[in-house]
Amino acid sequence: MVWQQLAQLIVNGLIEGAILALAGVGATLAFGIQRVANFAHGDYLTFGAYVAFFVNVTHGLNLVFATICAMLGTAVLAAGVHLVLLRPLRGRGLVALSLITVGLSLILRDALFLVVGSGTRAYNFNQTTVYNLQVVRLSPGQLVAAIAAAVLVPAVAAMLAWTPMGKSMRAVADNRDLAEISGVNTDRMGLYVWTLAGALAGLGGVMLGLIQGIFDPDLGFNILFLIFTVIVLGGIGNAFGALLGGLVLGLAMEISAWQGFFGGLPTQYQPVLAFVVPILLLLFRPQGLLGRARVL
Amino acid sequence: MDIFNLAFWTFVGVVAGIYGLLALGLYVQFSMAGLPNFGHVAFMALGAYTMALLVIQSHVSLVLAALAGIAVAMLFGVLLGIPCSRLRADYLAIATVAGSETIRFLVTNSAFTGGPTGSIGMLGPTQLSTYTGQWTPFIGGITSFLSTFFGDAATNDLSMFFIVWIIVGVAILVLWRMEKAPWGRVMKSIREDEEAAKSLGKNVFSFKMQALIIGGFLGGLAGVLWALEIGVFSPDDFQPTLTFYAYLILILGGMNRLWAVPVGAVVFGILYSGTRFLNFYPLSLIDSGARAYLRLLIIGVVLVALMAVRPQGMFGNRKEMLLEK
Repeated sequence: MVWQQLAQLIVNGLIEGAILALAGVGATLAFGIQRVANFAHGDYLTFGAYVAFFVNVTHGLNLVFATICAMLGTAVLAAGVHLVLLRPLRGRGLVALSLITVGLSLILRDALFLVVGSGTRAYNFNQTTVYNLQVVRLSPGQLVAAIAAAVLVPAVAAMLAWTPMGKSMRAVADNRDLAEISGVNTDRMGLYVWTLAGALAGLGGVMLGLIQGIFDPDLGFNILFLIFTVIVLGGIGNAFGALLGGLVLGLAMEISAWQGFFGGLPTQYQPVLAFVVPILLLLFRPQGLLGRARVL
Repeated sequence: MDIFNLAFWTFVGVVAGIYGLLALGLYVQFSMAGLPNFGHVAFMALGAYTMALLVIQSHVSLVLAALAGIAVAMLFGVLLGIPCSRLRADYLAIATVAGSETIRFLVTNSAFTGGPTGSIGMLGPTQLSTYTGQWTPFIGGITSFLSTFFGDAATNDLSMFFIVWIIVGVAILVLWRMEKAPWGRVMKSIREDEEAAKSLGKNVFSFKMQALIIGGFLGGLAGVLWALEIGVFSPDDFQPTLTFYAYLILILGGMNRLWAVPVGAVVFGILYSGTRFLNFYPLSLIDSGARAYLRLLIIGVVLVALMAVRPQGMFGNRKEMLLEK
């Protein structure tokens, strides 16, 4: 029984971790490129979730198609915000840019509240069946999210590791000036990174909506600080660090509830764990888990 | 409601003053020492919670409890100071948010802090708890004194208005003296170039620590005043948004101008409460519950527009723009 619970928690943790990893990898690349702690990133997730809701429920179309629309829509949003707002103001500094994203987050979230209302929504999707896979039980939403995660997390990692574009993105996020003199078009990479970050955020939003079953316009904002934790865990600007950090954080939060682990941490303290761990980590490794110490 | 409702605007004035005090704490940390503290609201929460807990559960007198609340907030400043000396600005910004969220989650989920119900549930669900037993007669005394000058206009809010703004005034005077003194110049040199300050033999760590402790003092004081003003509080009163409001106040008034902070606070107060009067057509189509979202939406627009177009604020110090941090 105890071991079965552990297996279930690991699966839940991996799904949650995959969402955090996908959202975090976009956010950390954007952070590295633009030096902005994007407080609107959570609302990008929410935006994606509602685009998918609009396609899936209001127009009654297939959920996979709705997810693709969500990724496209959020990518356009993130790229648009980058072009209109963040790129012209580059160089204003961390706090100034971050405060702009705070304002943006208020605008996105409250506009959404005004348009769709504060009621909870759910996708047009079978929510009642439970798949019993020997040791673990999954809701259809979790199953879909798990499959998406199993395909996309390695795909994103491979893209960043081996394609020229992925390498350029990581180079710019790591050191803009060095990338620029190496012939990388940093301006264009900025646009690509935000597009990728938007698409992954849109996907993450739909997945989050699926595993939660119901959601409201606070959906993404609720996990914003977890995304920040992922960024810190992996080291700011470090894409693989964020992927790993997301999975680790998702697993750690779920497994902490395991009975075999000192009777299990009460679930309401999971977020506390998620915030205390990176603070402690930073005390000993100020550059994050995989980050390199920098002179500048 | 009538737009010229005096009682309402008195309350707005009190809130603006308390937020102004919060922003002054941030001024010391961010504008003077260059520390991007995104979890400043934690000081406020610690001040309010410590005071209420001591009064309700340990029956400590209110004055002592309030002082203890401020002391705990200052202690948290020391705690923040330890990673501060080692972290780059970007990591620090996130670490401070994480710190303040940790505190908010802890008080939301612990029984002895009243959980999500806050101060009213500190003695468990069966017994309502208050911490204003000694405060009500005190403020009532001031109000009856004020009524000899103001007549019917004298309310408890008006008394609080004077208390808060006198404190803000004193804080500004003291900070102004400190800023002019060598201490303030060292602070600003650290903000501009830590290494240069270090090479001149200044103890950077100690100065940053001092900035955080003073910030904690002002934040904790704001928390105590907030708790006394509203009489009952919950974890929701200490959302991370409050830190952003404090930043907005700093920017509205003008970056790096001490005397612009209260101006920013007043403008913010009007902006924040004035949306209540946006009840004309076509906005009247939005029902009153949803208008709260409209208010936050407007604050978001102001924040974005201000940062994009006039980052130095109304009376900002252009020469000392330090938003590069």
